[in-house]
Amino acid sequence: MTEVLSTPLDGAAGAGELAPLTRRVLAHSVDLLSDEDVQLTLYVMYELFYRGFEGVDDDWEWAPEVLGARRLIESALEQHLSERVDVPEEIAPERGAVAEALFALTAPSPGPSVARYVAKRASQEQLRELLVQRSVYQLKEADPHTWAIPRLVGRPKSALVEIQADEYGGGDPERMHCELFARTMRGAALDAEYGAYIEQVPAVTLAGVNVMSLFGLHRRWRGATAGHLAAFEMTSSLPNRLYGDGFRRHGFDQGTTEYFDEHVEADAVHEQIAGRDLAGALVQQEPELLHDVLFGAATCLYLDEVVGEHLLTAWDAGVSSLRTA
Amino acid sequence: MTASDRPADRRPGRTPSIVACPDGPILVRGDVTITDDTGQPIPRRRSTVALCRCGASAIKPYCDGTHKAIGFTAP
Repeated sequence: MTEVLSTPLDGAAGAGELAPLTRRVLAHSVDLLSDEDVQLTLYVMYELFYRGFEGVDDDWEWAPEVLGARRLIESALEQHLSERVDVPEEIAPERGAVAEALFALTAPSPGPSVARYVAKRASQEQLRELLVQRSVYQLKEADPHTWAIPRLVGRPKSALVEIQADEYGGGDPERMHCELFARTMRGAALDAEYGAYIEQVPAVTLAGVNVMSLFGLHRRWRGATAGHLAAFEMTSSLPNRLYGDGFRRHGFDQGTTEYFDEHVEADAVHEQIAGRDLAGALVQQEPELLHDVLFGAATCLYLDEVVGEHLLTAWDAGVSSLRTA
Repeated sequence: MTASDRPADRRPGRTPSIVACPDGPILVRGDVTITDDTGQPIPRRRSTVALCRCGASAIKPYCDGTHKAIGFTAP
């Protein structure tokens, strides 16, 4: 895949091979979410729609051969998720009922979690790993959901814009959440350059970001984008307090923990807007999107669990959660 | 940089609105100054803020989501 994209689009040899090659890789894949080849390939295909790659012809973004191969992976991924993600049933397609169902789905639960581990036990090295893992999304924080804005109308649209405007710093580039995260990375002596750690990040982490792009780039998944964002915001404030505690425990300064502190406050606002005025109001407007909204939310939680399990399993075993090969 | 220097706050004031969220915080939008009991303005970093209603937030007067952890129900 990367070999094909490193050549200019005009007369590229091998582009026609992408679909058959992808079919073969998918046929042999044991677990799509932890398959490095599949997730990295999909990540690269999606990244063409965000910032592209230095040395890669921008025309690949809409090249039919790439889109065809991407569709194969997306179909397999959609099927994989629909077979595993539990979606709440018998929810009334009404604004209040949907918001209530989303808050119930995302209610804080006791027991082991990455946030609790970070607050109490994580070493400095593990804190850095956490930032590297999160950097794949957080350095483009909010971007995947922003794709949905032109696909919504009325209240859900203005709700999404209200949330995203805050994510992008309310007009202040220094307050953009991606910029606050970059500052946190620099405070922890990490490289905050976009994409710097892609090759060290395991497939499950890429899968979490890929699913956001899958939902965001397809109009038919606008309901899932709304639900995903709602679940993301609803599971953010309390964990971010704990992440901040973990960094404070190791003596990191306020500039480094500001990203987490900002999210404690911001996401307590966003979750209210996302639950009722975005996801709830969207279902009220388009009742046939009820399942997609709940599927998007449940998928967010499912992937968060898969990534969390990966991190805690590695850390409990005293090994790195990053790719070592 | 103070809150009033921020680009978002130089827009003409929007009519205030207050939303009481079910079993949750109070959302405040628009041209409102939030002060402590001596009249000192409390920094406001965003155009829509959530005020704590359960009393358990660690960042009062703002909400930090704790109402969900304590099972707060609004009267």
